[in-house]
Amino acid sequence: MSIATPPGSPSPPLPPGDRRSRILGGRHWEGRYSVPIAVASTVIFFTVLVLLVVNSPGWPEVKRSFFNAQVFRESFPDISTRFLKNVGAFLIAEVFILVLALLIAVLRSLPGPVFFPIRALALGYTDLFRGIPTILVIYILGFGAPALQLQGVPRSPFFWGIVGLVLVYSAYVAEVYRAGIESVHPSQVAAARSLGLTRWQGLRFVVIPQAVRRVVPPLLNDFIGLQKDTALLALVGVLETFRQSQVDVAGSFNYTPYLATALLFVLITIPLARFTDWLIARERRRREAGAAL
Amino acid sequence: MTRALALEEVHKSFGRVEVLRGVDLSVNRHEVIALIGASGSGKSTLLRCVNLLEPIDAGRIVLGDEDITGRRVDENEVRKRIGIVFQAFNLFPHMTVLRNITLGPIEALGLSRGEAQARADELLGRFGLLDKRDEYPDRLSGGQQQRAAIVRAMAMQPDLLLLDEVTSALDPELIAEVLDVIRELAEGGMTMVLATHEMGFARDIANRVCFLDEGVILEEGPPAKMFSAPEHPRTRRFLQRIIAAGRL
Repeated sequence: MSIATPPGSPSPPLPPGDRRSRILGGRHWEGRYSVPIAVASTVIFFTVLVLLVVNSPGWPEVKRSFFNAQVFRESFPDISTRFLKNVGAFLIAEVFILVLALLIAVLRSLPGPVFFPIRALALGYTDLFRGIPTILVIYILGFGAPALQLQGVPRSPFFWGIVGLVLVYSAYVAEVYRAGIESVHPSQVAAARSLGLTRWQGLRFVVIPQAVRRVVPPLLNDFIGLQKDTALLALVGVLETFRQSQVDVAGSFNYTPYLATALLFVLITIPLARFTDWLIARERRRREAGAAL
Repeated sequence: MTRALALEEVHKSFGRVEVLRGVDLSVNRHEVIALIGASGSGKSTLLRCVNLLEPIDAGRIVLGDEDITGRRVDENEVRKRIGIVFQAFNLFPHMTVLRNITLGPIEALGLSRGEAQARADELLGRFGLLDKRDEYPDRLSGGQQQRAAIVRAMAMQPDLLLLDEVTSALDPELIAEVLDVIRELAEGGMTMVLATHEMGFARDIANRVCFLDEGVILEEGPPAKMFSAPEHPRTRRFLQRIIAAGRL
């Protein structure tokens, strides 16, 4: 308990996981002065920061090129319409990533010498696509695959850009799943097998449901990264929000459209991040409640 | 008397450690066998080998009249006929008690959901757990969890039930409710092999007591004889330690 509490303080101790204590960084803050102190220090800190920036020698120039309200108003509608393309790419890619990554993770957990080639293949896949920078994968697929001129295969950069994201992110997400699968205690598998369930049934009914539940927070973390990386599709010619802002910047000789784009990404990733935090906190509370029984 | 299970010269090693060094054991139908012995004497390994959760290195295990350690044995089929209850319950935490119990009958035995639920309800009612049917395991006490685990094994209607120190993880006040369940199963004619440290219970319930020592069954006999006049000095020493610890 905090030693800062004045004697006879009327404020009751906050339980762990209390709403206020979470917002203030997970510590058990107590005492009647903690909130005013936090408010005051925050105000002072940001006032100093803003004064520093605003009084810097280059500020008038930066303000003109990055914070132009007129340019912002003109470019924002287009940029936010194009942002729907990013959200679409994110949603399509995510579905395929969740399925492909689970398949790879399951293949990597197959036991026994017979499955060695399959395990090696899955391992090679994750090593390869975690090793290559995402931007290169998207360049190679976005420009290379359409050039093959294969019959019946789409040539749109949007399609190949998404394929690139799926390949890269599946490698990461497969590792997340695998960590989840390995965290399920072997006694659970023994219990499943003892009921006459096959290896596959044990995986399906007992291991995977528990594994997925445990890795939801890290999965959401990867979602946030994926949402940001949809901007990479601009590099192979997809007219999405970042590409649109480049067009607007070139047309207005002003960088404000970049800031507008950044704002849109932040608006969607911050709620995701807070939701992830909330899930992690809920998971921890559940574990603590379970351990208390 | 018909034989339910026979072990012949069963050997099992983990790496260089030989845990079972030639175990012979024969279990008749409706018989209750208590396996006693110090920690590390191989009781759990023996039960896990019978359920084919561990492959044996040498010897033979015969269930009914079928060699279940032969080459062409479908281990899933064998496990449907042998129930096992673990020391740590091993209930599935993401499923309700009912789902825990119906999973095996539905997926492994191919029962319909209705049939499996009827079977589960009947057993839950018999063992006083009907009100816990829709709870998740972490809402149950240890004793309730272990009773649910026994019900889960019994819902498969096995020919043989293996109990691996099922009260060792329980608080003392919760042990009796689990032992009562086992006693009722014994009275119902269930064939059981139980590894246990509850010597008083073993004396009450077992038809035969087997003392496992350093990977072999050193001595076996009816409980009255085993607990009052054991022949082998090592058996006597083991029981003296148990009595000194206040467990008998």
